Amino acid sequence: MKKLAFIGLVAALALPATTNAQAPKKGGTLVYAISAETPTYDCSATDTYAGLHFLAPFYSTLLKFDLAKYPGVMGDLAESWTISDDKKTYTFKLRQNVTWHDGSPFSSADIKATYDRLRNPPTGVVSTRRATFADIASIDTPDANTVVFKLSAVNPAMLEHFASPWNCVYSAAKLKDDPQFPAKQVMGTGAFKFVEHVKGSHVAGARNDKYFLPDRPYLDGFKGVFILQPAAMLNALQGGQVMAEFRSVSPAERDRLVQGMGDKLRIEESSWTLNILIAFNTEKKPFDDVRVRRALSLALDRWGGSVGLSRTSTLRQVGGLLRPGSPMATPEADLVKFPGFGKDITANRAEARKLLAEAGVPNLKFELVNRTIAQPYTPAGIYVVDQWRQIGVEVQHKQMETSPYLAALNAGNYEVAIDFSNLFMDEPSLALAKYVSFDKAPENRSRAIDRELDSLYEKQNRSTSDAERLGFLRQFEARMLNQAYQVPLLWWHRIVPTNKIVMGWQMSPSHNLGQDLVNVWLNQ
Amino acid sequence: MTTTAPVITYALPKRRHPVVAFTVAQPLGAIAFVVIVVMIGAGIFAPWVAPYDPVALDFGAMLAPPSFEHWFGTDAFGRDIFSRVIYGARTALTIGFLSSFVGCTLGAALGVASAYFGGRIDLVTQGFVDVILSFPLIVLALVVVAMLGKFVVGGVDLNLILAIAIPILPKVERVIRAAALSVREMPYVDAARAAGYSNMRIIFRHMSPNVAAPYLIMLTAYIAQAILLEASLSFLGLGVTEPTPAWGLMLSGNASDFYREAPWMILFPGLAISFAVFAFNLFGDSLRDWFDPRFKT
Repeated sequence: MKKLAFIGLVAALALPATTNAQAPKKGGTLVYAISAETPTYDCSATDTYAGLHFLAPFYSTLLKFDLAKYPGVMGDLAESWTISDDKKTYTFKLRQNVTWHDGSPFSSADIKATYDRLRNPPTGVVSTRRATFADIASIDTPDANTVVFKLSAVNPAMLEHFASPWNCVYSAAKLKDDPQFPAKQVMGTGAFKFVEHVKGSHVAGARNDKYFLPDRPYLDGFKGVFILQPAAMLNALQGGQVMAEFRSVSPAERDRLVQGMGDKLRIEESSWTLNILIAFNTEKKPFDDVRVRRALSLALDRWGGSVGLSRTSTLRQVGGLLRPGSPMATPEADLVKFPGFGKDITANRAEARKLLAEAGVPNLKFELVNRTIAQPYTPAGIYVVDQWRQIGVEVQHKQMETSPYLAALNAGNYEVAIDFSNLFMDEPSLALAKYVSFDKAPENRSRAIDRELDSLYEKQNRSTSDAERLGFLRQFEARMLNQAYQVPLLWWHRIVPTNKIVMGWQMSPSHNLGQDLVNVWLNQ
Repeated sequence: MTTTAPVITYALPKRRHPVVAFTVAQPLGAIAFVVIVVMIGAGIFAPWVAPYDPVALDFGAMLAPPSFEHWFGTDAFGRDIFSRVIYGARTALTIGFLSSFVGCTLGAALGVASAYFGGRIDLVTQGFVDVILSFPLIVLALVVVAMLGKFVVGGVDLNLILAIAIPILPKVERVIRAAALSVREMPYVDAARAAGYSNMRIIFRHMSPNVAAPYLIMLTAYIAQAILLEASLSFLGLGVTEPTPAWGLMLSGNASDFYREAPWMILFPGLAISFAVFAFNLFGDSLRDWFDPRFKT
């Protein structure tokens, strides 16, 4: 099996050369699997990949990530941009040949309307990125092809935020008529026009002949098929009913596909901007006691788990609050100094038992809330239950469907939970936002209030010097991992299978990026 | 003159011990009973019988084939499958027995009461039972477990027990009601009524003991159904949760990923389910035959 996986990896490594060597062909319909159905048509109201794998081909964004130069960004609707010396004014020159799918012309007013809706949503409109754009003081449109964003304070992550795949640009005219328009209809300036969405079945798009990039898209259309069961998805891929699954499969699923499809399959792998967190509800005793939280973090053998779990699940790398290997991630030499990240697990567990005894809970019992999703939540749950048993802690593992699980976490109806951090880029302000105080960040499931963390977050967010920012990041991480409100278990590993006829799709560390399908073509 | 009364001796038929008599009359039932006893013993004495901790992970022994060290091999987390099958008996029997007991007891109580009161109460009860009976067992259990969620007390999910018991209830009610209808016409029930006994006393003291035989037979037979339902629900992710050892759960999750390279991951829990269900079904059938006088002739 290892041999087969190796063949797959070799095939993956051979991809760029193959792609570059051949001229793209026009025509054909890409059929791919989506393992969940989007909860909404409104990009602003969701942060699940299920939304992007459905909606991204229909929309454009102001900027987008240049996956060939990740984490670099490139223009999408913007042709060029400048940033003022004080880093508070962003001026974008927009493309002039852009039209909406209904034929109406695109202008800077559309960008203004979209970002006004994101940062200050009207009543009844949900914007999950309201806080992200809180630093925007004003948006001006001096002409139809220019938009100027003025910030109230320096924000080193702002350019990357403009490239967020969730910032689908909407028509100002449509928003004026109905601010809820994006939740009801799909109409953008993207490479594909919306054809149909059959609930429980598929979404389909057809080539936008008036797309602003010449000769793009290459495809006649696409069809995203909702296949919720992994076994069914594997069968569909093997049987040729679908050509790709762009999120990820597990190592075992990869091996099965490699065995079944041989040289028809391409496997691409990458570390992933996703991690599994253990969240302690600090509003519930004894998890309000730092000794208890730290003891439970100390008991986890992350390095051993990384070796074992990477064979059976999508979990792999040990890391801190930023993706291991990313520019600002904590190096291993520093990471091992944090509680629970040291490699001497015997010593860690001895200290953990001591801390629990000091806290007066040597025989701690609690319920661990987890999702019913197999990968990688179930293996993560099994693993931490086993780890905590080894320091005498008894855990009841409770797995719940996604909706009640999220409801329980958001309402604080849990003691300890398996949580996750889902990022679309390796940007500290984005990555650390989840750990600032609960009254500032509702997505902080530990519900902890820590003004020192808030202050460090604000300092790194306003810093204009990389070195200074890195210093604040390290302090933030040290404070967070010592207080252990939420602690990372392991980072995920992304494995994307595609049929070799699928060309031009670019692998990245995030399953949220690169789904506009502009450059995808079929070699058939 | 004295007369001596002749001594008459009667040769009383030799009475066999009931266990021996059952074994002779129902040899397959006896074998099934032995299997059940072994399973119960394994469940009760699991900590002494199982060679390994069933939830302990050992990444050094992942997917190991059956060997002297691991008789049934190991799973994707290096857990000993033999130990998990042994502990799984505990889960299967606890949930199986409790679900069957709750379902059969409530069904029997409803059946006797429905037969005793008759009239509108019987009509409404039977209508309700008809509605529930129209759903397949597994579908009804799925609906109930999805609606109720989990309520774990002492490691046992009480809602799961209820979800399995509810589909059993109407089936038992229908059989017990039929038996109770004939009991209701017995003179001793009339006598109890004439003596002014309360309805509850008549139902529980005079009628219920006379429907005990079908109740016991169904209690045994539905343990098998309950074990199968628990395994099915766990397989579908709606029953017992990891890392609790449960046979149905052992067939899902990583087992579906690795069954090609590690078939022992599904073979042994599958066999355990089959043996348990077969044993309880066989024993239930044998009990029915044993209690039924028509089969004795």
